[in-house]
Amino acid sequence: MSNDTLPATAPAQPTGPAKGKRPASLWSDAWYDLRRNPVFIIGAAMITLFIAVSAFPGLFDTVGVDSSTCDLAVARKGISPQHWFGTDNLGCDVYSRVIHGARVSIIVGIVSAAVTGVVGGALGLLAGFYGRWVDVLLSRVAEIFFAIPSILGALLILAVIGRDNAGITSVVFALALLAWPMILRIMRAAVITAKHQDYVMAARALGAGPGRIMLRHILPNAVAPVIVVSTINLGAFIAAEAALSFLGVGIQSPQISWGLMIADARNRFVEAPLPLLFPALFLSLTILSVVMLGDAVRDALDPKLR
Amino acid sequence: MGRYVLRRLLQAIPVLLGTTFLIFAIVYALPGDPLQALAGEKRVDPVFAAAMREQFHLNEPLIVRYGYYLRDIVSGDFGTTFRGLPVSTIFEGKFQVTLKLALTAVIFEGIIGIGLGLWAALRRGRWEDKAVLAVTLLMVSIPTLVSGFVLQLMLGVKLKLATGIDFFPVAGVQDGVRSYLLPGFVLAMVSIAYLTRLTRTSLMETLRADYVRTAIAKGMPRRRVLGRHALRNSLIPMVTYLGADLGTLMGGAVITETIFNLPGIGQQLFLSVYLRENPVVVGIVTVLVLIYIVANLVVDLLYAVLDPRIRYE
Repeated sequence: MSNDTLPATAPAQPTGPAKGKRPASLWSDAWYDLRRNPVFIIGAAMITLFIAVSAFPGLFDTVGVDSSTCDLAVARKGISPQHWFGTDNLGCDVYSRVIHGARVSIIVGIVSAAVTGVVGGALGLLAGFYGRWVDVLLSRVAEIFFAIPSILGALLILAVIGRDNAGITSVVFALALLAWPMILRIMRAAVITAKHQDYVMAARALGAGPGRIMLRHILPNAVAPVIVVSTINLGAFIAAEAALSFLGVGIQSPQISWGLMIADARNRFVEAPLPLLFPALFLSLTILSVVMLGDAVRDALDPKLR
Repeated sequence: MGRYVLRRLLQAIPVLLGTTFLIFAIVYALPGDPLQALAGEKRVDPVFAAAMREQFHLNEPLIVRYGYYLRDIVSGDFGTTFRGLPVSTIFEGKFQVTLKLALTAVIFEGIIGIGLGLWAALRRGRWEDKAVLAVTLLMVSIPTLVSGFVLQLMLGVKLKLATGIDFFPVAGVQDGVRSYLLPGFVLAMVSIAYLTRLTRTSLMETLRADYVRTAIAKGMPRRRVLGRHALRNSLIPMVTYLGADLGTLMGGAVITETIFNLPGIGQQLFLSVYLRENPVVVGIVTVLVLIYIVANLVVDLLYAVLDPRIRYE
């Protein structure tokens, strides 16, 4: 995964990015691959759309999600020009609610993945670089958190926090608290490999301090697998948020979440499936776009898998 | 080998202690007085409260209560709920349901995952391979929450209405093995996709190995080359995944059991979190974590059987 393994293949492709002024780095090589990968382009386009929807839901909805827009007289009606995705049990417009539900999924997914990546990455860097008791301590603590299945643990933590305080922050906290050890392990392994490379020895011989060696020399060469796993985790976090909200410990009404919409529509599901199927469809589409992105990023950053 | 087993068992102890304490600490950090929660709006009789506090060691510091709890668990006693019901009674019959569900899922996973992965690896780069990759991409993207409801509607309700075939029960366990088919598949779906990809990658790597080429060159039948040389050597990552997944599946069963109304441990856990039956919650999670750790241990020990090159000591 280090830089010096790549140029062996790069000069062999005259059309590759190597023909520029600088020799191909892992990152420019990866970017070159990504731009030409249809899976990446479709995934990125979809996720961009979802981010736009979650940032400006007002631009996309038709009726709004104010309680005044709901009308019990038209509850559980099918698709119509006013209600593109039909109406739910309370006569609210499913399409507008689906649009407003994107925000929770996107925020929980991205923030959880970022927090996990930064915390797990930093601790993994320290554990891998310093070894000895730092490694023993961090690895043992990580092992304890790692042994708790994430949905179970998050259910416990959110139950402790209580429904009155539940929201995006508590869901992110619960998910990140149980997910960082995975990143720590990956980062630690990558750092230990990078630590023994010649360029690290050279930097040390030139008098670079531990901080500089870690951040300037080891980190750029060890971060790729963390980025790959973090992208894949993003999809898992989005699915977990929906599951926790469905179980009633995650996002609470009147906030809108796809998991919560599924829970609300559940009781009348057989006679009126639309209010359940549309949030379910968009949940799956969001995860699909993230998974496509993750697949493409992994292919680009991990040449061994080709 | 014996020394290795012993060492692995000893290594599991600090993890188990740390994990159970972590769970215990999280649950008992619950704000509010559990006795008051039990009594609702009514005033709690101080004499009764004092007796309850004494019986459940509520006045002791957290670490001391954990010590009591651990002592009881070692002797097989998971404690008593505030309602006076032994936790082990609540467990009765529930773990079997979840275990059956998880095993059904693992069987689906093993058959479909390894089968599809094998097929894709042998047809590398052709349209069959690409189709498998696309299908697994979709399967990974559909969370249990969605696949559960959609398959329940399509196979459990619509299929029955359209054709009269009543093969997939929508809820409960009263139909024996059939009750577990649909929930088991739903629970397994995401894992099937991962295992398919893992099998494909792992097998493609071994198929390129020198010993496979040698075996083909000396005229060994194709079936034998695949089974004896390629598949056996790529089994390690697959077995690791399956073993670790049994524990994960038992934990993930809470969603599936809720959708299909299966009276398993996941449903009980969800219920107990709401009822604040702390001993039940801690008990369930402790046992699930124990299963997870033991499953990983068994997988580690299986390595020696699958790959004679691996020797402990």
